[in-house]
Amino acid sequence: MTAVTQEAGAPLGAAPPPGDGSGESAIVTRGLTKRFRGGQVAVDALDLAVPRGSVFGFLGPNGSGKTTTIRMLLGLVAPTAGDYSVLGLPLAQALPRVGAVVEGPAFYPYLSGEANLRRFDAADPTARGATAGRRIAEALERVGLSAAAGKRYRNYSLGMRQRLAIAAALLGPRELLILDEPTNGLDPQGTREVRSLVKEIAADGTTVFVSSHLLAEVEQMCTHAAIMRTGRLVAQGTIASLRSGLVVRVRVETPDADDAARVLGALGLADVRRSGAEVTAELDGRAPEQINAALVGEGVAVRGLAVIRPSLEDVFVGLTGEGFDVDG
Amino acid sequence: MSTADATAGATAGTRARRTPGLVPVKETLRSAERRPRHPAERGTPAARSPWSFWRLLRSELGLTFRRPRNLLMLAALGVVPVVIGVALRVVAGEDGMGGIIEDVAGNSLMLTFVSFSFLVLLLMPVVVSVVAGDSIAGEAGAGTLRYLLAAPAGRTRLLAVKYLNAVVFAYAVTAVVALSALATGLALFPAGDVTLLSGTTISMGEGLLRIVIAVGYVGAGMAALAAVALALSTFTEVSIGAIAATIVLIIVCQVLRAIPELGEITPYLLPTRFTNFDAVLRDPVDTAALGEGLLAFGAYIVLFGSIAWARFSGKDITS
Ligand SMILES: Nc1ncnc2c1ncn2[C@@H]1O[C@H](COP(=O)(O)OP(=O)(O)OP(=O)(O)O)[C@@H](O)[C@H]1O
Ligand SMILES: [Mg+2]
Repeated sequence: MTAVTQEAGAPLGAAPPPGDGSGESAIVTRGLTKRFRGGQVAVDALDLAVPRGSVFGFLGPNGSGKTTTIRMLLGLVAPTAGDYSVLGLPLAQALPRVGAVVEGPAFYPYLSGEANLRRFDAADPTARGATAGRRIAEALERVGLSAAAGKRYRNYSLGMRQRLAIAAALLGPRELLILDEPTNGLDPQGTREVRSLVKEIAADGTTVFVSSHLLAEVEQMCTHAAIMRTGRLVAQGTIASLRSGLVVRVRVETPDADDAARVLGALGLADVRRSGAEVTAELDGRAPEQINAALVGEGVAVRGLAVIRPSLEDVFVGLTGEGFDVDG
Repeated sequence: MSTADATAGATAGTRARRTPGLVPVKETLRSAERRPRHPAERGTPAARSPWSFWRLLRSELGLTFRRPRNLLMLAALGVVPVVIGVALRVVAGEDGMGGIIEDVAGNSLMLTFVSFSFLVLLLMPVVVSVVAGDSIAGEAGAGTLRYLLAAPAGRTRLLAVKYLNAVVFAYAVTAVVALSALATGLALFPAGDVTLLSGTTISMGEGLLRIVIAVGYVGAGMAALAAVALALSTFTEVSIGAIAATIVLIIVCQVLRAIPELGEITPYLLPTRFTNFDAVLRDPVDTAALGEGLLAFGAYIVLFGSIAWARFSGKDITS
């Protein structure tokens, strides 16, 4: 069962959790803005709230400011305006509890995968050298790289590099994982593995903030999402709440399309459309089985009946446009 | 479409329709049910490991001294005194001795000073510049800098580690030259009392001590140069740029020194002080010259260290 379905199955209007401060949010930003030298506004007054324990999809076309936002959250880039908080702690204290993949893997080509992880582990002031060997072996094991641990990074394939970057993010106990396009370059098997890894990590209570272009992936993996467009946030919320803004339709396949259209109209369904042997209309919250009963009762030969729920992709396209141009 | 999806769709459909827009996140928060399993872990400040600075420095040194490029440069520097020694031996054997050749051929320890005076002008500075100039720019160019800082290495802490690493390398460079020259000298020339530039003679033990002082002084000079290279390294993501800029600076200084009309500024140029190590060949040791040199090195380290820190601590890491 996917997280999305759990979410939709939750009672509507459930009482919000107590408190509303950063204590409940893994990431909060208020008016976060980055204007690069040269005037390029990469992130524009961003107000994000990533609930603790969520798997939060961060979506947006190329150049919409996702990586820049992540760089600001990690203290790599200073915001021009606004502020943010990670895990409700000062950044230096928060970062040891945050594992991150930013804009793809970057390692020392002449070192082995294992030696690379040792290097980044040494950079963390809270990590203990005595436990490094065990933690590194565990991280490599988790991403399926144990066999290639001793191989030089130079000789890693793209997918192996991506896995090593994820392993580096898992070197310690993390409360928050920030993953910038973690499945870039992975084969379908690797993509599935990352997805299940993310779910496994989230099940341990770790918040996962993951940027992606792959909407189907976000839909399967995330409980929440935010959508960026040219540096601005255009939507955020649970996956279900994002989708609920779009219309759910019913589609009837039948040789008696005219009759079917008439029946649907008589039932009071809006926006009835027919094309060939297919009739669609807005479902508007009705039970599909009642519609089926009505159709059959009127003698319409129903070959198929389906509820067409808008996908995240429809939401995304509606908010960011169909165009193939990059933002910025 | 799965049946689960269809159910979800039906449920979602019963809700009032809403235009997509800013949806308050707290609306359907389920975070209460997804609390970390070990809430005690939360909020407790992550303890800094007391040895973490030295662990990072050790990692840095390991990277520097295992990197084939750096080892190759050290080896090449080690060969130069051998070449100089052999050449002097051949020359000394052929015709009548005189000047520097007589000094060296007369005593095995002198080769160290001769090697320094050859190498300190360009070759040693170049080798130190490669490591120090690469230190920040190389990580930035490779993208590893963003992961180090996200770890979080800490900017001031990382800069300090990078500089200490460069200082250790600067002393390694100096020591390699001294040891190679000493070994070559002992193999090719007679050991014994050392005649200084001022004409007086000191014992061989005293001579060795003066070599140690010279190594300390030349190493400090190289460390000052490393501060310049480190500062330049924080301004670029291309390590060749920082390295080349440092080398160009050294060469420009050498050219300026050669122009007699500019005699007034030469004391302020770093390379001018590099050759002051010959103060140990006076009797007594010219401590004033060494002191002035060390003061100049200290000033360079403070100035360029501050520039490096000011630049690096506020820099946007976009690589
Ligand atoms: N160092 C920089 N200087 C100037 N502009 C920059 C810089 N880095 C990023 N930008 C601009 O900021 C905007 C956002 O870039 P960013 O990398 O955050 O996008 P993104 O959402 O991560 O895109 P992608 O999906 O392609 O990774 C782009 O228009 C980009 O050109
Ligand atoms: Mg990006």
